[in-house]
Amino acid sequence: MQDFGYVAPTSLDDAVAVLAKHGESARVLAGGTDIIIQTREGRRSVEMLVDVKSIRETTELTLASDGSLRVGAAVPCARIYSDADIARRFPALIDSSALIGGIQIQSRASLGGNLCNSSPAADTIPTLIALGAVCEIAGPSGRRTIPVEEFCTAPGQNVLKPGELLVALNIPAPAPHSGAAFERFIPRNEMDIAVCNAAASVTLSDDGGTIKLARIAVGAVAPTPLFVKAAGDALAGKPASDSSIDAAAQAATDAARPITDMRGSAGQRKHLAGVLTRRVINTAIARAKGA
Amino acid sequence: MPGRTHVAARINGEQTDFLCEPWQSLLEVLRDELDLTGAKEGCNNGNCGGCNVILNGALVNSCCVLGVEVDGAEILTIEGVAQGDHLHPLQRSFLENAALQCGICTPGFIVAAKALLDSEPEADEARIRHWLAGNLCRCTGYDKIVRAVLDAADEMRRAPAAAT
Repeated sequence: MQDFGYVAPTSLDDAVAVLAKHGESARVLAGGTDIIIQTREGRRSVEMLVDVKSIRETTELTLASDGSLRVGAAVPCARIYSDADIARRFPALIDSSALIGGIQIQSRASLGGNLCNSSPAADTIPTLIALGAVCEIAGPSGRRTIPVEEFCTAPGQNVLKPGELLVALNIPAPAPHSGAAFERFIPRNEMDIAVCNAAASVTLSDDGGTIKLARIAVGAVAPTPLFVKAAGDALAGKPASDSSIDAAAQAATDAARPITDMRGSAGQRKHLAGVLTRRVINTAIARAKGA
Repeated sequence: MPGRTHVAARINGEQTDFLCEPWQSLLEVLRDELDLTGAKEGCNNGNCGGCNVILNGALVNSCCVLGVEVDGAEILTIEGVAQGDHLHPLQRSFLENAALQCGICTPGFIVAAKALLDSEPEADEARIRHWLAGNLCRCTGYDKIVRAVLDAADEMRRAPAAAT
């Protein structure tokens, strides 16, 4: 492995200072399931790894009294899905965090790391988009926030500037009569990278007959995970019927602009974007109804 | 770049001090510095589970952990699973069920299965298969491995004291 330094600052200010000092050659270490391997394989040039697991803000997992959830950027997936309250209130988050890698990966891998690795096929990002998560970023010029759908800019690239780090993801409280779901297509049962994935969050009217709001995201079908606003718009104000759901699925297929690679063809991925979108909407509706 | 760092951890119940470079994985430290060669390097990228250890109660791939990260940690490796000459029920069950061929994956499977049965003694076959998805056996002896874990789980439920 390439030679690099290691520091484990205990405050955000110290982390920002060391990241700013080393600029592009510094990288944040959370669970290490991407960065350690990328560094070992020479895919990332790193002179300083900044371990953020000794910092309170990046390791806290807080379900607030208003029902919102704050997930420190370095909180491992296993801690999220092991929390019964969070599992009950945010089932889509469990769909995602319980299928990344195997148990060994879930012990270490974090939502923040998955986001900052910025893979187009990342399995937590569509869910975070559907749930309306907001990224909390710290840097040399202070704090800023950004909607999660604006975070990734290209495969492996994101909006973080030198000296900046992701502190936490803030997920709003689920509205009454709402539900969310995530699904991934892989040719194996476990341990694979998505050919396509999708997430949906829907809020129903009080009588359950109409969809008030919906947010849809699909992954592995573009250079970044896609927020498909048109798919949500196709559902808003409509009855939860096959025709409105078909229109949303078609919007997801239309938004997909995938490549053909060893995991799947562009045509298969466009098809899957529609199929998975339909499925996650149906599951989200069922969950919204308490089924 | 800074040189070797002093790290202190409890490994298999023993206070252990070592020096390591920042870039050395926990797997490299175990094998190359501490002569604990039970954990195997298979893929070295988090896919195969051959290097599994239990770190502060959580099953991890030691190839995806840096040695410098484990200061103050509690680590269990395959070497700490048996009590002296007294094999763990999982180890006996792997032998009795012939749940290994070349044996390279065996330490990882046993450590992973121990992590499961320690927290979920009632784990059924579906749960065991799901839990072990992160462990690869290239001799593809999965069925015997799953049966060995099921048998060990059964024994451990009947005689919990023997399984500590």
